[in-house]
Amino acid sequence: MTRYALHPQVGLRDEAFGALAYHYGNRRLTFLNDARLVAVVRTAADHDDVEGALAAAGVPDQQRPAYLKALQRLADAEVLTCE
Amino acid sequence: MTSTVTESVVSPTTGTTDGTAVDRPAAYDDEVLAELLVEEISIDGMCGVY
Amino acid sequence: MRVTDRLSRGLDAPICLTWELTYGCNLACVHCLSSSGRRDPRELTTEECATVIDDLAQMQVFYVNIGGGEPTLRPDFWELLDHAVDRKVGVKFSTNGSRITGAGAARLAATDYVDVQISIDGADAATNDAIRGPGSFDVATTAMRHLADAGFGAFKVSVVVTRDNVAQLDAFAAIADSYGAQLRLTRLRPSGRGADVWDRLHVTADQQRELYSWLLAHPGVLTGDSFFHLSALGEPLPGLNLCGAGRVVCLIDPVGDVYACPFVLHDEFKAGSVRDEGGFAAVWRTSSLFLSLREPESPGACASCGSYDACRGGCMAAKFFTGLPLDGPDPECVHGHGEAALLAASGSGRPAVGAGHTRSGPVPVSIGRRPA
Repeated sequence: MTRYALHPQVGLRDEAFGALAYHYGNRRLTFLNDARLVAVVRTAADHDDVEGALAAAGVPDQQRPAYLKALQRLADAEVLTCE
Repeated sequence: MTSTVTESVVSPTTGTTDGTAVDRPAAYDDEVLAELLVEEISIDGMCGVY
Repeated sequence: MRVTDRLSRGLDAPICLTWELTYGCNLACVHCLSSSGRRDPRELTTEECATVIDDLAQMQVFYVNIGGGEPTLRPDFWELLDHAVDRKVGVKFSTNGSRITGAGAARLAATDYVDVQISIDGADAATNDAIRGPGSFDVATTAMRHLADAGFGAFKVSVVVTRDNVAQLDAFAAIADSYGAQLRLTRLRPSGRGADVWDRLHVTADQQRELYSWLLAHPGVLTGDSFFHLSALGEPLPGLNLCGAGRVVCLIDPVGDVYACPFVLHDEFKAGSVRDEGGFAAVWRTSSLFLSLREPESPGACASCGSYDACRGGCMAAKFFTGLPLDGPDPECVHGHGEAALLAASGSGRPAVGAGHTRSGPVPVSIGRRPA
């Protein structure tokens, strides 16, 4: 079970296209270009695992692998922490 | 560190989020969609600041 | 929609911005983009500055790049720094290093959300001091030593690339490495005092190509995206590769005037004032200048060139201050279209620029540091 949470050093700012995530530690700026992805990121810590967050955000089944890859990229970028 | 320039990877027809490209390998679509969802640059990567 | 298209239409708040805190400076660099030297009697008060910071925090501006002049000359500099970082508005300040003592460096090392950028323009005292004044190289490297010794981490060493220093890129990288710092190279624009030295100091076409190759080979070197016009040479350089002025960034000047970027301190590019009703937020969101900058760009004379998508017509400051039309080639267009346009115009269209806050009279021969 993978559980994600927003990294404590990250500021998340809503935008028309999705959101901007700025990491105050590594000074990287990440563009989240999809509103559903942003919803998943904002609610990830509220769910026991990431599948729950994806379902709650209404991500269609066939897109879940892509969203999981996007979340992994966010974890690699340290925008998310992962358990 | 380089921003992922999705437009160099994706042709317009694959840039959709409804998964209609049925004859392509699924892994390719996933990677493409994942790149559309997330792009990174440095905060120092914007012209017009010191 | 591509990120670049989205961003060129502007955001509800800047991602980051430049804030020149004072026009006062103890140096008199020949290329100073803000023509700094003398403080302006109308500069924002400490309280007004704090209000600006509060507005930026409210808008969730992630970062403010503080400069000037020499920002550390303001007695309230440290207080304002703390005010910003306490509200999670990150601060990177650009300095000549003259006020970065050992104690100051230790204080900075202990402060979250702060970054420091030390300016040099030569890899040795002779090259540097020809631009920045006698003794300035030693002052800068002393500040670097203090930051390194204090364990600050990777501060920035920032260089404006000129005809006279472009052969020193490897040496600049070595200097940054020796202090555990990160190198930053930025473009010379014909702005401020830069207009007076542009003809003799801007890089040649051959040097541009060398610079581009070097940047591609050194992806860890920052550029502030200031060389996006070079992307027409081939593979795009890292960064957004677009002009952020009025779209994702802007400038606040020492008297509270808001401009599109630090390289266009001219009425033509003034958006308003933080002292206006609604403060900075109102200027950012409603000024007619910024709204027009966020309109789709017209390639104009560049429409027939296959590179426009890559270079986007280059830098509006470079065009404006060399008298070229904004919807045409950059004066340093890599295909030579700007040079051709300049020859055709024969310099007749350069806008008049005053002396700004440049100090008249002789500049002090040597620069000491005041006791801490």
